Amino acid sequence: MTQKNRLQSGGRIDRSKSLTFTYNGKSYQGFQGDTLASAMLANGIDVIGRSFKYSRPRGIVAAGAEEPNAVMQLGATEATQVPNVRATQQELFNGLVSASTNGWPNVDTDLMGVVGKIGGKMMPPGFYYKTFMFPQSLWHTYEGVIRKAAGLGRSPLENDPDEYDTINQHCDVMIVGAGPAGLAAAQTAARAGARVIIADEQAEFGGSLLSSKELLDGKPATEWVNTVVEELAGYKDVMMLPRSTVNGYHDHNFLTIHQRCTDHIADKAPAGQVRQRMHRVRAKWVVLATGAHERPLVFSNNDVPGCMVAGAVSTYINRYGVVPGNDLVLMTTNDYGYQTALDWDDAGRKVVAIVDTRANPGGARVEAARKRGLNVITGSAVIEVQGSKRVSGVSVAPISADGKQVTGSVTKLSADTVASSGGWSPVIHLSCHTGSRPVWNDEIVGFLPGPTVQKQLTAGGINGKYDTAAALAEGLEAGQKAVSEIGLAASEVALPAAESVEEGAPMSLFHIPHLKSTSAAPKQFVDYQNDVTAAGIELACREGYESIEHVKRYTAMGFGTDQGKLGNINGMAIAANVLNQTIPDTGTTIFRPNYTPITFGAIAGRNCGELFDPERYTAMHKWHVEHGAKFEDVGQWKRPWYFPKAGESMQDALNRECKATRESVGILDASTLGKIDIQGKDAREFLGRVYTNAWAKLAVGKCRYGLMCGEDGMVFDDGVTSCLGENHFLMTTTSGGAARVLEWLELYHQTEWPEMEVYFNTVTDHWATMTISGPNSRKLLAELTDCDLANENFGFMDWKQTTVAGVPARVFRISFTGELSYEINVQANYGLHVWEKLFEHGEKYNLTPYGTESMHVLRAEKGFIIAGQDTDGSVHPYDLGMGWAVSQNKPFSFIGKRGMAREDCVRENRKQLVGLKTTDPKAVIPEGAQGVFDPKAPIPMPMVGHVTSSYWSENLGHSVAMGFVKGGLDRMGEKVYYPLADGTVIEAEICSPIFLDPKGERQNV
Amino acid sequence: MLHIYCPHCGEYREEEEFHAAGQAHLARPLDPEACSDKEWGEFLFFRKNPRGLHHELWVHSAGCRKFFNVTRDTQTYEIKEVYKIGEKPSVVAE
Repeated sequence: MTQKNRLQSGGRIDRSKSLTFTYNGKSYQGFQGDTLASAMLANGIDVIGRSFKYSRPRGIVAAGAEEPNAVMQLGATEATQVPNVRATQQELFNGLVSASTNGWPNVDTDLMGVVGKIGGKMMPPGFYYKTFMFPQSLWHTYEGVIRKAAGLGRSPLENDPDEYDTINQHCDVMIVGAGPAGLAAAQTAARAGARVIIADEQAEFGGSLLSSKELLDGKPATEWVNTVVEELAGYKDVMMLPRSTVNGYHDHNFLTIHQRCTDHIADKAPAGQVRQRMHRVRAKWVVLATGAHERPLVFSNNDVPGCMVAGAVSTYINRYGVVPGNDLVLMTTNDYGYQTALDWDDAGRKVVAIVDTRANPGGARVEAARKRGLNVITGSAVIEVQGSKRVSGVSVAPISADGKQVTGSVTKLSADTVASSGGWSPVIHLSCHTGSRPVWNDEIVGFLPGPTVQKQLTAGGINGKYDTAAALAEGLEAGQKAVSEIGLAASEVALPAAESVEEGAPMSLFHIPHLKSTSAAPKQFVDYQNDVTAAGIELACREGYESIEHVKRYTAMGFGTDQGKLGNINGMAIAANVLNQTIPDTGTTIFRPNYTPITFGAIAGRNCGELFDPERYTAMHKWHVEHGAKFEDVGQWKRPWYFPKAGESMQDALNRECKATRESVGILDASTLGKIDIQGKDAREFLGRVYTNAWAKLAVGKCRYGLMCGEDGMVFDDGVTSCLGENHFLMTTTSGGAARVLEWLELYHQTEWPEMEVYFNTVTDHWATMTISGPNSRKLLAELTDCDLANENFGFMDWKQTTVAGVPARVFRISFTGELSYEINVQANYGLHVWEKLFEHGEKYNLTPYGTESMHVLRAEKGFIIAGQDTDGSVHPYDLGMGWAVSQNKPFSFIGKRGMAREDCVRENRKQLVGLKTTDPKAVIPEGAQGVFDPKAPIPMPMVGHVTSSYWSENLGHSVAMGFVKGGLDRMGEKVYYPLADGTVIEAEICSPIFLDPKGERQNV
Repeated sequence: MLHIYCPHCGEYREEEEFHAAGQAHLARPLDPEACSDKEWGEFLFFRKNPRGLHHELWVHSAGCRKFFNVTRDTQTYEIKEVYKIGEKPSVVAE
């Protein structure tokens, strides 16, 4: 396969290094230094996809990030599939596999094309809204077809084999873009000794200089680039990031950079290398030197392959040695566009005509073209293109001076390439990310970065300064300004001398008129990627959309991965014209992150798989794993859920664990309970203010259960707090609530009662906690401690400092099961030792480990609540039937007291927590089920509260449940019904939530 | 992501280390029982939502665990000032 469009010499490619790649299954050759796009153009590939809505053949139109059409699917294997890659940004490598993303069944014979052709009239803007929203049920029918026809690539079905990194960076000056302005700024800042990061999305630094024939100091511009890059490489505080797109500019000068480390080598990173990296940069100053994108003009059939942006044509010729056609027609509104015709002529191909929309152009480049004898047609425009899969000719006609009308007869010219230049749009995307609204500038016919509060500077093309001399000067100035703001001495930098080219005034023209009205003329595309036409924008305006933001949403202009890089300004100009107002009156255009698509891998970095979220393990975790525990996530903790034996179902295991605990002794790893150490002479008073109950008289050696409420009076946490010393307490919290409770205590201490002498510290991880529970727990513990465990000496709600299995321990006689229980706390390092000793001695008592699920069942049999399961932030202690835990007599108005006295909190018929005993003892009501008093009531039935906890109790031989019922505490013995999704109804009787041992005799032995 | 100066640590740290704790200078009524339901409801639920300067309470939760005040522009996200609990802001909305 020959590269028919490749020049014999020139460009920055290495013709000695041939690379093979495939496109849609067919093999082609390119060279080292090519992009996928330049290699495709070298091989004469015209059609690279089908358009989104009309399914028209599309070709490459640009040479960089702004490319709207050449969005490819890459990947040689299923796991390395990457959608959404711009061929213009993808460096070619040997073995690259690419495919078009649009087109069904393929881009050359496209069934949707037929629909597209007849569908022109059938698919106006707003088509999706108008057609698919009603009837809604039909959407699912359409959806499949649309998804199939309109995809922009697909994600891989297998796991990504590559690794990604995130790096946090700090610097004095972050420079975005390594063109002339960015390099000058970097050189200036680096010489002053600043910490500099300079990033550029391309493989090489140099920006526009890489594709121009300009001279600097009389030598090729790239020589100056090389000198600066070499110098920068010599500074230890300068980081140069090629192949790195600054994708987001966030508040307080925080930027995210997406670096592609190996995407130019292979579709999978070589072993031991990271494929992509996300740099998170905090910069003191930012210099945006992002340049400008050339605007294409909008004319009929301007999407036929062969229609390109003028500057892109020059880039392909000068940088890649590729002339993307034979016979060129250039249409321009400005002098700069002429350069493309000159480059094309230099490449030895035919310039059919230069069509200048201005009547009397006269700059230096215009003269150069005339001197060469090129055919310059002035005061005219290409009003229409002929051809379908490639341009075959153009219609040229004279236009009025304001560019709004065709004024003369049409001449047809034969051509295969149409380059157009409508001027330049500064790349202001990043400056918009922080909320700064861009400002229109008539002189440059474009938007400039608006005022900002960021420490941000701009230089070069982004300011509408397009010639190299000005860009260099602005770069230097920005560099010096940043340096002086940071407090460093200015540096000496001599800029190279750039040629100055005299330019004539550009014409402000966006939309080329046609003989017919816009709606009747062949399609004039504004946004290629979203298939938005000039007629579509006009229609949107006529249908009443006046704000450009609404026009954009109605037509989809600037949507998706394109973000309106080429089309937005043209679209606004068209809307402004219809609305008979100026572009700034029509609105501004705001760009949002990300600048170009970014892989999920780079976003996730290392935070995937087992590193997705930190996991917390207790000191006994290893034992649990070895004993076959199933685990449950509680916050970040991995807690044993249950311990199934071989052949046991979950229910079997729970039944066995619960029975063993009530009949002999069970053990729970309770280390995850939040533990807060509280000290200070005002600790006791502080507890009294944050808990609802009284703490004034709790003696050393005693424990007490407490409820914690918000100022609204609603319960948010609970736990047992023990008095370790007169001024020393240990508070326990729910496993998930530990951090929140600590912050809550600190909040009140620091902001409301700073005069109190009290200190808090988290000691959750310092202690391993194991709870032995059941009638034999005392006998078991006695074998491992010298402490006198007799009830008279060590009663319920006492704690003792002692040793267990030879280890200093705090033992608390508290119970969450209703059985005789001891909660043994030892320094975490000794946890596993004590745990294993307990099992050594516990075998004869059938010591049975149980997890969170059995804990839930055992406490539900006793009617103990779990904050967060039986509470939801809308229930106060009285709703829970726990008024006994509220002391209304405390001198200080504790947190929650006033809140729970509000009118709504004391009204009749609040939802209250009650026990629920099902009529069918075997029926277990699903948690979350909504209750009704009358199951035969018409739908929607009045709902009276939901079930919060519900289990099978093997010990009791029937189910146990708790739930909220309106006025439930006064409805004991009444029936409540739970209609389920399957049509059945479970009947239950409202009862006390304490199903087992209502007098509490089992724990007081 | 905001860059926040912790007045207790004396350093700029990343927003990830902090929690926002809502509007600053909300004093708990000294005698809650003396408040009407309306007054208590206002203390509980009513908050400012200005476009512009806002005094906020933040906590350096993954750092020194200290609360402090931040005066922030809700439109530009500029932090105009940070100051400790008990101190008065020097930058205030007009």
